[in-house]
Amino acid sequence: MKTIALAGNPNCGKTTIFNAMTGSSQYIGNWPGVTVEKKEGRWKGDSDIKLIDLPGIYSLSPYSLDEVIARNFLLNENVDLIVNVVDATNLERNLYLTTQLLETGIPVVVALNMMDLVKNHGDRIHIEELAVQLHCPVIPVSGLKNEGLDTLADTFVKDIGRGDRLHFSIYSENIQKYLRRVEGVCSFCDAAKKEWYAIKLLEKDEKTMEHIAMINADMQQIDSMREEMKAEFDDDIQSIIADARYVYISDLVAKTYTKTRNGMCLSDRIDSIVTNRVLALPIFAAVMYIVYYVSVTTIGGFVTDWTNDVLFTEIIPPFVEEFLISLDCAAWLSSLILDGIIAGIGAVLGFVPQMFVLFFFLALLEDCGYMARIAFIMDRIFRKFGLSGKSFIPMLIGTGCGVPGIMASRTIENEKDRRMTIMTTTFIPCSAKLPIIALIAGALFDGASWVAPSAYFIGIAAIVCSGIILKKTRLFAGDPSPFIMELPAYHMPQLKNVLLSMWERGSSFIKKAGTIILLSTIVIWFASRFGIDDGAIVMLEEEELSKSFLAVLGSGMAPLFAPLGWGNWQAAVAAITGLVAKENVVATFGILFGFGEVAEDGVEIWNAMALSFTAASAFSFLVFNLLCAPCFAAMGAIRREMNHTKWTVFAIGYQCLFAYLASFVIYQFAMISVYGFTMMSALAVAVFVLFVYLLFRKPKSKEKQQQKEYAKA
Amino acid sequence: MKTLNEIQPGNEVIVKKLHGESACKKKLMDMGITKNTYIYVRKAAPLGDPVEIKVRGYELSIRKEDAACIEIERTTV
Repeated sequence: MKTIALAGNPNCGKTTIFNAMTGSSQYIGNWPGVTVEKKEGRWKGDSDIKLIDLPGIYSLSPYSLDEVIARNFLLNENVDLIVNVVDATNLERNLYLTTQLLETGIPVVVALNMMDLVKNHGDRIHIEELAVQLHCPVIPVSGLKNEGLDTLADTFVKDIGRGDRLHFSIYSENIQKYLRRVEGVCSFCDAAKKEWYAIKLLEKDEKTMEHIAMINADMQQIDSMREEMKAEFDDDIQSIIADARYVYISDLVAKTYTKTRNGMCLSDRIDSIVTNRVLALPIFAAVMYIVYYVSVTTIGGFVTDWTNDVLFTEIIPPFVEEFLISLDCAAWLSSLILDGIIAGIGAVLGFVPQMFVLFFFLALLEDCGYMARIAFIMDRIFRKFGLSGKSFIPMLIGTGCGVPGIMASRTIENEKDRRMTIMTTTFIPCSAKLPIIALIAGALFDGASWVAPSAYFIGIAAIVCSGIILKKTRLFAGDPSPFIMELPAYHMPQLKNVLLSMWERGSSFIKKAGTIILLSTIVIWFASRFGIDDGAIVMLEEEELSKSFLAVLGSGMAPLFAPLGWGNWQAAVAAITGLVAKENVVATFGILFGFGEVAEDGVEIWNAMALSFTAASAFSFLVFNLLCAPCFAAMGAIRREMNHTKWTVFAIGYQCLFAYLASFVIYQFAMISVYGFTMMSALAVAVFVLFVYLLFRKPKSKEKQQQKEYAKA
Repeated sequence: MKTLNEIQPGNEVIVKKLHGESACKKKLMDMGITKNTYIYVRKAAPLGDPVEIKVRGYELSIRKEDAACIEIERTTV
């Protein structure tokens, strides 16, 4: 088995080439323990050749997670060949990575992509000269038009595993003399990788230093060489090396690229309108409205409603039921299949059509280049509370459904921002929480018009406050990641890529999240349908929910919720069934108050609700259900996106704790006017003070900021 | 000393030096902002920050805060 790694800048067309070369034999997953997507496939021409699509990166420096992943893979995984995809329309910056890839000592084949665009512009690239200068094959291709890919394949088949490469250095004499001296000390690696390690040692690259065992004397020797070099060039090593690379590249591009065009191209003209100072926000609002409207309310909504209300209510269950009856199946088994498994699968699959529509739009926005502009436009607002401009999309989608909202966090590059977005997105009330709002507003607030907006306000406040608080903790602190982002040229999105991306993201949700959700719904089904009656475990009728294990659990948990004002077991059970789907909360109250089926807003049980809740306790119940752990489908999505058990537990734990404390403070503050100032009030004040402290305390990295200011001055 | 964050859209400048020791500096260099590079400041975002610049033939978005570590010199155009 041979391994080929596909490396290149973001937006260089790497995915198109990867798709064209692997066809349908792709496996999509995550790199171990991180939220970065990993794509793997077999080459169409020979299934003994494995292709790995590395994350899109600008450099092999260890400053972003994507870079570290790509680097570790190239250095530690015995890669036989690198196909470096280079965007020919953006040659200078793309070749920067090429110079680094060449230094790894792994054979490189450069695929010069988007050659058709270069020709259309009337420009010329002298391919042979470029290949001679880079000492590696350079193949002109067009992933979009499927041109040159056969030649590329022929070349890598010929080149794979050919170890004897011409060694050449891109650096000037006076830099090389230092490199050769350091190489003299590097006895631990083979000749092909020596220049790479020499540079890393001079740069004092942390990730490299961790892996190298060197004796102190050698280290000191390198230290003194480093100081000598810094003194000679009057700069730090990283700057010297980066400068030298670009000097070499500028020279190379001047020799090989003939430019004829001048003035504004189409992409520039589009951009001058789309991110125009006046028009940018209205256009942005319109685009978001269309995405939301189509994927959440119209097409996506219709199909989701159809799957939930027709397919999994009127079509499949009666059919299966009939079939089970004809088999004379035991009652418990048919209940397990119908109410447990089919209902569980239905709960997951119901979201899928909506998600596919949404992923279609997200892929479209990414592919055409508008996604980067969204971040550009929104950055100013979201940075204030520790998120990035791209967090806007998950949150907007989250108002419809948290599951696709969480999945939409994929488009955020920075890992910390992405985790934070995953954790906070479900604070926004999704459409399934609306019946709870309607129930509480109708039963206890006379349908007051402020209740629903207040739910959204609380959701937004929870996101903003969590952003600020979490950013100051050790988990999310550290250097504020610089927001230095390429704004790629606009281009026509490619239907095939958009559909493929939609399919990959959608199906990976079904596969991974489906299992957890299914299992959880079966457990809840068991707990709600079985109970102890007359000393024996028996199966219960639907109306007998009050005898079930779930009711026992609810009674057990009720005291926990007493400080929030709703210590009755019915409310506790409703909150638990809400974990399956938030719509269940209202339905559960219906059953528990003895009304069986109720309308969506539970109008039948308003009186019963008004008797067992007060205004304060009902509002506290509402807040808790808005903010606490979302439904199993959304938790599955969190697990899928975090790709890490500890982070998933942390995220869900944080949400529950935040919900608990927020409800506690709201209820106890309201109670002061009833019972006066009690112990509980004091505790609530203490929690509130702690909250304010966490919100306004100085961040941990104060010293660093001071250093920064000092450096500026 | 003039820095990039002080430059109004529509102007072209040359990079003199990058200050600081941060990851930000390294990232800027990776993206092609090195000594003697030409930078054209194209526009600011609708809310005033970040700014869009053109460097080495492509468009880059950068916060004013990060642009402050780029020392520049006006070109005589």
